[in-house]
Amino acid sequence: MAPHRQVCLGIESTADDFGVGVATFDGEVLANVSDSYVPEEGGIHPREAARHHAEVADKVLAQALSKANLKPANLSVITFAQGPGLGPCLRTGATVARALASYLGLPLVGVNHSVGHIEIGKLKTAASDPLTLYVSGGNTMVTAYAAGRYRVFGETLDIALGNCLDVFGREAGLKNRRGQPLGAQVEQLAKKGGLLVPLPYVVKGMDISLSGLVTAAVSALNEGKFSLEDVCFSLQENAFSMVTEVSERALAHTEKREVLLTGGVAANKRLQEMLGIIAAEHDAQFMVVPKEFATDNGAMIAWAGVLAFTHGQTTPVEESFVKLRWRVDKVDVPWMEANL
Amino acid sequence: MSVLLKKGAEASLFLVDFHGKPAVIKERLPKRYRPPQLDQTIRRYRTVHEPQLMHDAKRAGVATPLVFLVDVENARIVMEYVEGHQVKQLLDELCEADMQELCVQIGVAVAKLHGGGIVHGDLTTSNMILAADGRLVFVDFGLGDRSEELEARGVDLHLLRRALQSTHFVHADACFSAVLEGYAKQAGSVAEEAVVLKVREIEKRGRYIAERQADAG
Repeated sequence: MAPHRQVCLGIESTADDFGVGVATFDGEVLANVSDSYVPEEGGIHPREAARHHAEVADKVLAQALSKANLKPANLSVITFAQGPGLGPCLRTGATVARALASYLGLPLVGVNHSVGHIEIGKLKTAASDPLTLYVSGGNTMVTAYAAGRYRVFGETLDIALGNCLDVFGREAGLKNRRGQPLGAQVEQLAKKGGLLVPLPYVVKGMDISLSGLVTAAVSALNEGKFSLEDVCFSLQENAFSMVTEVSERALAHTEKREVLLTGGVAANKRLQEMLGIIAAEHDAQFMVVPKEFATDNGAMIAWAGVLAFTHGQTTPVEESFVKLRWRVDKVDVPWMEANL
Repeated sequence: MSVLLKKGAEASLFLVDFHGKPAVIKERLPKRYRPPQLDQTIRRYRTVHEPQLMHDAKRAGVATPLVFLVDVENARIVMEYVEGHQVKQLLDELCEADMQELCVQIGVAVAKLHGGGIVHGDLTTSNMILAADGRLVFVDFGLGDRSEELEARGVDLHLLRRALQSTHFVHADACFSAVLEGYAKQAGSVAEEAVVLKVREIEKRGRYIAERQADAG
């Protein structure tokens, strides 16, 4: 590639994935490499995940640079996911980013992880001002841009949608497998189910609650009256109907013309189908982030970093501490104003 | 003859003539995204519950439209047409004093609902109408419930605060303070303090609240 093209390297390490992405300032993703921590059993242990990230960091970094066909000296800016996420994991990524930036003498930009998911979704689907449903293992929120920020119109009052599916999968005895997250396994089982088991449906305004639903689904399974496939089916139908209902409500409220589905659970075909239906009913265009960019990845941090950096945002090292609970509606997104 | 007033997310509103009176038909249309069995259960439940809660709200001293007819089979409610403006449209246009006064009035009404054993379930400024005759009318009780629990009341106020933050972001804090002032006026400061503490607790349970981090030290 031409040497004058400006390039950003982004590091993602908020949870179980350590990812490095490389994006040009004009929006081309040159590399997107990641390595996931897969626990033997149970959920993500933050310290174990952080240990994994530290072990694979140099390898993933080298692979990303070689894939992009770049040397460190070709980079213009280093960005990292500063939050929200798991403390030990975030700190590992931040340490790598600080080291790189200071060694190479490059500016550093701390990026909000949720903004990353929204921006990569927009970049890859060409959405300009969507209502976004962002659903993953750690997040469930309905957001849309208004007056300088992505505002949160609805969110979960307790656990995230991906977490809901994972917890159920684990309780049902499914095992973690590389490349086969529990949520994806639940999706496959649900396809074979069809009997609707009565489960709670909890919508409060534009917010939802999922923890009671998981408990009820596990009890229904343990009662032994229903098959695992039917409970998976019913769990998905209830949970997805709830997020779709609040998304539709937010869509009617904001009158946006695009609906964007992003985050790890965006890969679920049934959820895509439901969101597609409400978008069509409100004459909005429906877009789904491509699978490669649905789960946590470095490219989204690189791209959100480009947007932030080119709009004057940088993060001095002494202010680059991680923010575990950094809400998306606390972040200024000046590039949106210019695009509308 | 009917005119489509609004196609909401959950229901469509039609303006009709009901025996010489202007009326609104609220019809909960089937949602294709949900399995039919689940969809029917939800629509039927809300159609039955909403008029009951509207009635209870009146008893508690909060204005709601008069219900003329409930058609459970077709998930339809026929009710009085309230002439006026949605608070959502009004609020940002008001001067500071009027905004303050309206929000106090909202707080008083919410406290009356709670005192009457009702939680609204969807307290947004779209669901409040300032009627031409000066009444503050609450609508859309479809997600409401009968509850005396502090938790349910806390969620109710939390939802209102969030609605203010996402829609009326410039004045959200001042508006919410005024709402609480009205709430305290009606329910007493002890009840108001208890519910405010609950709201804070609920918000801390949520994901990514900076305050929780500070509390953890």
